[in-house]
Amino acid sequence: MHLSETASSGFFFLAPWLVFAPLAGLLINAIFGRRFSERTVGTIASLASGAAFVVSVLLAYSVSLNHGEVMRWRLAEWIHIGALNLDWTFRIDSLSTTMMLVVSGVGTLIHIYAIGYMHEDVRFKHEEGRFNRFFIYLNLFIAAMMILVSGDSYMMLFVGWEGVGLCSFLLIGFWYEFDTLGRSSWANSNAAKKAFIVNRVGDFGFLIAGFLMFWYLGDSHSFQFDAVFEAARTAPKEIIIAITLFMLIGVAGKSAQIPLYIWLPDAMAGPTPVSALIHAATMVTAGVYLITRSAPLYSSVPEAQYIVAMVGAITALFAATIAVGQYDIKKVLAYSTISQLGFMVAAVGMGAYVAGMFHLMTHAFFKALLFLAAGSVILGLERGHHAHAHHAAHDEKPKAKKTKKEEHGHGGEDHGEVFDPGDMRNMGGLRKTMPVTFWLYIIGTLALAGIFPFAGFWSKDEILLDASLHYPVVYWLLTIAAFFTAFYMGRQIWMVFFGEARSDAAKHAEESPKVMTVPLMVLAVLSVAGGALNLPFEGFHNLGHWLGHTLGEVEGLPLNLQVAGISTALALIAILISWFIYGRNSLKAGQVDPLKKPLGFVFTGMENKWFVDEGYFALIINPFKKASAFLADVIDWRFWHDFVHETIILGAYNWISNIALNEYTDQKGIDAFANWLGSATQWISGIMRKIQNGFVRSYALSVLMGVVLILGYLIFK
Amino acid sequence: MEFLLQPLTLLTFFPLVGVLVILFMNSESKAAIRWVALVTSLITLGISLWVLTMFTASNPDLQLEAKYAWITVAGWNIYYYLAVDGLSILLVLLTAFLTPISLLSTWTAVEERVKDFMIFFLLLEVGMMGVFLAQDLFLFYIFWEFTLVPMYFLIGLWGGPRRVYAAVKFFLYTMAGSILMLIAILFLGIKTATFNIPDMLALLPGLYSAGTITVGTQMLLFIAFAAAFAIKVPMWPLHSWLPDAHVEAPTAGSVILAGVLLKMGTYGFLRFNMQLFPNATVTAAPYIALLATIGIIYGAAVSYAQQDVKKLVAYSSVSHLGFVMLGLFALNPEGVAGAILQMINHGLSTGALFLLIGMVYEQTHTREIKVYGGLWKIMPIFGTIMLIASLSSMGLPGLNGFVGEFTILLGAFGSKAIGNPWFAGISAIGVIMAAVYILYMFQKVFLGPAGEITHHHELKDLNWREIITVLPLLVFIFWIGLYPAPFFNLLAPAVEKLLSALPL
Repeated sequence: MHLSETASSGFFFLAPWLVFAPLAGLLINAIFGRRFSERTVGTIASLASGAAFVVSVLLAYSVSLNHGEVMRWRLAEWIHIGALNLDWTFRIDSLSTTMMLVVSGVGTLIHIYAIGYMHEDVRFKHEEGRFNRFFIYLNLFIAAMMILVSGDSYMMLFVGWEGVGLCSFLLIGFWYEFDTLGRSSWANSNAAKKAFIVNRVGDFGFLIAGFLMFWYLGDSHSFQFDAVFEAARTAPKEIIIAITLFMLIGVAGKSAQIPLYIWLPDAMAGPTPVSALIHAATMVTAGVYLITRSAPLYSSVPEAQYIVAMVGAITALFAATIAVGQYDIKKVLAYSTISQLGFMVAAVGMGAYVAGMFHLMTHAFFKALLFLAAGSVILGLERGHHAHAHHAAHDEKPKAKKTKKEEHGHGGEDHGEVFDPGDMRNMGGLRKTMPVTFWLYIIGTLALAGIFPFAGFWSKDEILLDASLHYPVVYWLLTIAAFFTAFYMGRQIWMVFFGEARSDAAKHAEESPKVMTVPLMVLAVLSVAGGALNLPFEGFHNLGHWLGHTLGEVEGLPLNLQVAGISTALALIAILISWFIYGRNSLKAGQVDPLKKPLGFVFTGMENKWFVDEGYFALIINPFKKASAFLADVIDWRFWHDFVHETIILGAYNWISNIALNEYTDQKGIDAFANWLGSATQWISGIMRKIQNGFVRSYALSVLMGVVLILGYLIFK
Repeated sequence: MEFLLQPLTLLTFFPLVGVLVILFMNSESKAAIRWVALVTSLITLGISLWVLTMFTASNPDLQLEAKYAWITVAGWNIYYYLAVDGLSILLVLLTAFLTPISLLSTWTAVEERVKDFMIFFLLLEVGMMGVFLAQDLFLFYIFWEFTLVPMYFLIGLWGGPRRVYAAVKFFLYTMAGSILMLIAILFLGIKTATFNIPDMLALLPGLYSAGTITVGTQMLLFIAFAAAFAIKVPMWPLHSWLPDAHVEAPTAGSVILAGVLLKMGTYGFLRFNMQLFPNATVTAAPYIALLATIGIIYGAAVSYAQQDVKKLVAYSSVSHLGFVMLGLFALNPEGVAGAILQMINHGLSTGALFLLIGMVYEQTHTREIKVYGGLWKIMPIFGTIMLIASLSSMGLPGLNGFVGEFTILLGAFGSKAIGNPWFAGISAIGVIMAAVYILYMFQKVFLGPAGEITHHHELKDLNWREIITVLPLLVFIFWIGLYPAPFFNLLAPAVEKLLSALPL
């Protein structure tokens, strides 16, 4: 280990521990976890993640000590061959440390929350033994995410990029034998597979972008960020456009943008802490980070920037409309996440990198808060459901203890009809039974809806302001999306927490324990005060100044009352409308969504996610399956394997050898040899008696004859 | 005595000691026979490591030569000539490494005619070592053909229900290609009056420039060699024997077949086609790249439609070996070195997959994908190891497969010999498709609700012997993925030397 850049003070030598610390936690739990109690497993994993947070803090402190200068720490050589020189080198600058802090900070809080959440989740699913595995995956995720944000080259970033994809696969498929309701099913594993494959499509774009930058940027032949940026300054514009747009495919995969967002809603099959950590706060923002990191590339090609901004803005609006028509509490948040990622992508596409990163951070706080609070709601209902059902069962007769065999493959299927604790139509009135969760949820909602002075207000406003100055289309798309955001969140609040309880489970719902609510309170504080990171007033552009060390100093924009006023007014109107529809007269059990009648087929479209999944099946997945089956059965097997090889080649051979060998050749001399071969073959086939007679023998014979003929020709010619 | 103590001679023929011992053993004492075979292969592995310590990585030339005139009549100069260089050292090590692992996998799987099995297996090792070490074309051809015989019996005697068909097809198909190569070898031998490859390489440029061997003839010779090697690889569309051979072969046979025997084909291209016929190599590069690209996509698509796990992995080999061919004919250091490393990687990951499939097959006696499901729950260790092998096979960064695939695609993308980035670009789609078929397999077998087999069998997780069998493979899967430097260092100088001789 050595420093590649001298004259540095600080804790840079700790950089590898960003990865090693969570790996250590993972290994300890993987090896000894079976003997540990749940609390020990959770504590070890949380400490490992916490250690990464401490390292992140020390690294950020070190960067500020060095006045924001970039530091590199080379751990080892990776791939050195030909012109390719890849190392395991950590890059520590203001941008990477910002990401590290978000990932490990929010990550650690979610680790702690998960101790409580998974304790109950594994019991509801009758799989206590799987508790340990969850935390192994979670630590692996932190390690991979740290590689992603701290790598000093596109390829080291890519290692983390695919690594987090793997963790996402493993965690979405954590309950791989069930569907989201705990019924025996392929659904969860399908969701996991879908996420991995769609992300691979994005990774294909990433790889092509990588190949282009390696070969087509002059003679730089490098993946190292600074070398690429330097070479790009003199490269033809078309090449940069190609690189940035292929990279956008990668971004669309990882950060769930059109057209590759389709995996994220399904990803809600993972346990709720996973949805919060991976599919809301950290992993899905990797694409935003990638574009920010590649700022010198994007900034030099406005054409590509425009496309990125439009993709983000359209995604933001499109996903927001779908969120309006969802009934699952987590699905609403999932589409909301896609929508908010659209805001960030639009921001970095416009070149408003600070605004994008600012929103990335505040979103990490309030969306993690919302997801975890939603998890608390779901478990609260689950508790109520079990308590109530247990109560009911108690009246009749004591339940027989189930043997392990009986419950095999059947999770929460205790009581005949399947109860969906995530369906908002089963909720209502939870503000009384789960008051802590209620207030936390309100804070998250106000932050997401962009209400002054919550964190989301400041960050979203910065994006809108930037858009209003340069990209009017983007500005209007995002503003309308913001309106929908406030509306679907309002709808959620009224449906979940107000009105009458629409199920017994909601009536008997119980509040979550401290281990779950305390991390939420920390996130709630951040959601309230997170805006202070970058206030639009002279001297308060802290984040902008800090990131400026890496991205180049940008003048912070002052608050624009018109933009802020319009968005706040729209948000308030949206909430008011949502109250009018869902709050004033609360939903009754079994009642159809009140929007369905007035909106008609539009609402049906929203409910069914605009039938995009069906489109993918019709246009890509089913044709691929058919083509693959056709290639395999018809072309490869029946035509190539059976017809060409068996019928034509073998048939022709047998025909020729019969004529050539049996009728025109003297057989005496070679017969003995042939017989010997024949008996050898017979010996082989003694066990199975199904010898294909004359096959090897006659062939070997002709081989021999051919060789003799050729040799004779060569020697005597 | 001096002859026998040459390190490479010892390495090649040491398994014969085991064969001799086993020949004199009672065929009923199966355990003892197994141990003798295993210990023999472990000592051979030891010898290969000893060879590695004597190998100078920075030297691009042939090393540790064992060279004796063998047949010198009528102006023919045939040598007994073994040597190793950067192009072959890793394959030699892979052979020595996979043999004991394969033998361990037969511990309980092979119960019938153990004695014959072990004899054939050790003979096969002799043949494979010889192929990678021979530096005389005639000697090479003998070893090349010799490997067919034990493999033929391994498939034909210990294989599945259609073993005879598969064995015969394997034998004939490979033989058919070899005939053309034999003719080309004889032609070269007569023209240059030697079969010794270094001597031949010294003489050939003169013959080419003097026009004694015309450009057209060089192309024909290239094709004749390529016919033998392309069938072995197997390159699309000559792959029809592979699914039969893989499905019917016993586990150990599949491991060696995928791990080593297929690499004899790609190695042949590297050692013979590229060195002997430099002009033809450069001319052929785009065409081979085209076939490789088709093979990558075709193999991956066909793989996805398979119902039998082993067949799925067999077709995935067509796709993976397509990557190797693409890298070789990129004809730049990134591509060629990546291809050589990918030969090793494929041996490790596909070897591991076949081993693991064999382990569960021993318990269930079926390989049909749809009867499984939910296996991870019942066999957690097995599932985890299978996941790592699968991820390695689909090229997850941090594991070995990525390092090979990435360098190959990178090399092919910027290759001057191939001349355009499209083949590499399209082949990169194969990376997506690899995820599709591998994850399909992993999901249908290990995830989801318990299937028929999983439900009704009392399945046991891997035992210690089985874990020890696959553990070495896992170590290398991580090692090469995270720190491939020692491997690249072994082969880089030889690759540079090889490429410098090409008219690029």
